[in-house]
Amino acid sequence: MHMADALISPMVGGAMWLATAGLAAYSAQKVAKELDENKVPLMGVLGAFIFSAQMINFAIPGTGSSGHLGGAMILAILLGPHAAFLTIASVLTIQALFFADGGLLALGCNIFNLGFFPCFIAYPLIYKQIVGARPTQKRLFLGASLASIIGLQLGAFGVVLETIFSGISDLPFTTFALLMQPIHLAIGIVEGLVTTAVICFVWRERPEILQKAAMSAPLGTLGIKPVLVGLLFVTVLTGGALSWFASSNPDGLEWSLAKATGVEERQEPEADIYRILAGFQKNITFFPDYNFKEPEDIAVNAQQVRAQEVWPAVNSGKTIAGLVGAIMTLLLAGLIGKSLQLAIKRN
Amino acid sequence: MSKMESYWLDLRQLDEMAIHKSVIHHIHPCAKLLTTVIFLTVVASFSKYEVSGLFPMFFYPMLLMILGELPLGPIMHRVLLALPFVMFIGIFNPLLDQIPFLQIGPLLISGGWISLFSIFLRFLLAVTAALILVATTGIDGIGMALLQLKVPRVFVVQLLFMYRYLYVLLEELIRTIRAHSLRSFQGEGIKIGVWGSLLGQLLLRTIDRAQRIYGAMLCRGFDGEIRLIGRKKLVGIDIVYFLGWSIFFIVVRLVNIPQWLGTLLIGGY
Repeated sequence: MHMADALISPMVGGAMWLATAGLAAYSAQKVAKELDENKVPLMGVLGAFIFSAQMINFAIPGTGSSGHLGGAMILAILLGPHAAFLTIASVLTIQALFFADGGLLALGCNIFNLGFFPCFIAYPLIYKQIVGARPTQKRLFLGASLASIIGLQLGAFGVVLETIFSGISDLPFTTFALLMQPIHLAIGIVEGLVTTAVICFVWRERPEILQKAAMSAPLGTLGIKPVLVGLLFVTVLTGGALSWFASSNPDGLEWSLAKATGVEERQEPEADIYRILAGFQKNITFFPDYNFKEPEDIAVNAQQVRAQEVWPAVNSGKTIAGLVGAIMTLLLAGLIGKSLQLAIKRN
Repeated sequence: MSKMESYWLDLRQLDEMAIHKSVIHHIHPCAKLLTTVIFLTVVASFSKYEVSGLFPMFFYPMLLMILGELPLGPIMHRVLLALPFVMFIGIFNPLLDQIPFLQIGPLLISGGWISLFSIFLRFLLAVTAALILVATTGIDGIGMALLQLKVPRVFVVQLLFMYRYLYVLLEELIRTIRAHSLRSFQGEGIKIGVWGSLLGQLLLRTIDRAQRIYGAMLCRGFDGEIRLIGRKKLVGIDIVYFLGWSIFFIVVRLVNIPQWLGTLLIGGY
């Protein structure tokens, strides 16, 4: 589920980095304000724990397949949302740096998808509401499972949106979403079960840990900012998903116009400024007619992109020149590299 | 060797690469970090169908690996491991975008294949750049660079702590899993019922360990303020490094050098 740099555009990467940086600064402020000095070593060690735990593949009985833990929900339950967000951010940073699991430009997206949704949406709005101040086994199971499933669904949807908006992959929205969401539903169920198992174990053996965690982060201290960002996302989600059910009949204005004048949409005057603006709008619209660009549009778009870049026309001579030049560039680089190597060895 | 043991080895390998002394290792971590960020942004900003224009960008990882005396094998190994996930998404491009783009003799290549190759090149560039950053800077250097770039101290301290205890916990987990598989029938996987208590025990030991660490820190004079040593100053070579590479990246982005070179050699069409 970690996004790679190869499939992301700088705008999407940059925007998500801004969102993540803002959330991280906010969380760091909250954690620093808490007078519990014990928390930082605990955050570090729990981060290492989640990292290690993610490496275990456990067998799912009856399916012959295996899965592994995500971990943000366990962190949120034990540390509270702010510390958990920072911890999962550090886990993802190490994974991106040392294991090439997710790109550095895409790290902002990954931290947002895997950290914001479980810690700031699923944990306070689902887990805490269900489990409350006095957990029972049933409530823990329900809360952890539901929170994990929904957190992962939102995260997977985030990946879909970020990939589509980057425009490098040609996958259309519906196909990609239908691919990602069911897979992450299964993963979410497994994560919910594992989270429940671990938290129930802790609750049985050392209930004071859970009580302390539950008391130290009451819902009131969450603040308005994360909830606002969450609401923004829910709006996007609603707009995206529920629009599938939107009626394709003309809306009220169009209907009345049609009745009055006999044409459905108002034809624009032929003045230049309208053509320019219409062209501009057509190019920047992500959702022409409230729909993602159809696969035919991809081909049309591809032609437009190519028409703008390979000018005058697709010239195979020019492309071959490019390829030859590329090979020459590589040879040149190799030559420079080898000579540098020899120079270093001689010194 | 299990997956965990290979992860542990990978971490150690990159760690050991980072303590070498070479020209690149001596450059200030901030300069290296910012140069990598600019590199990644420029690579991502190329258009979807750009192939030949990307080739000069390979100078950056190539030169750094040579000047930094980094071994090719482990880095390529890590790159190849990460490849399938990207290609799984990228492979849809040739299936969806079938408009012919290029004709070499009788062969018609569609735009989808061009964009797939572009994705592959971007992937190579991005992953090698990130690994080279770590291999020449190390986690301590990156932590220092992040602090100097005004990243919240809480996060940097947490990152460094976590990295330190990663080794400890990985070793403990390896021992636990090995003990389990030695006692299980035919080395089968961990069933979900066992899973909860296994992880749970590890978690409780982890929390207790954190308490002991906190106590040890208090005994050694911890007063709540985390101090990190080694604030390096930026010197001339660092600025030259950063500006030099940044200008190179921007030039490569604006001018398709291979195209020009190839046209020069073939005699221009």
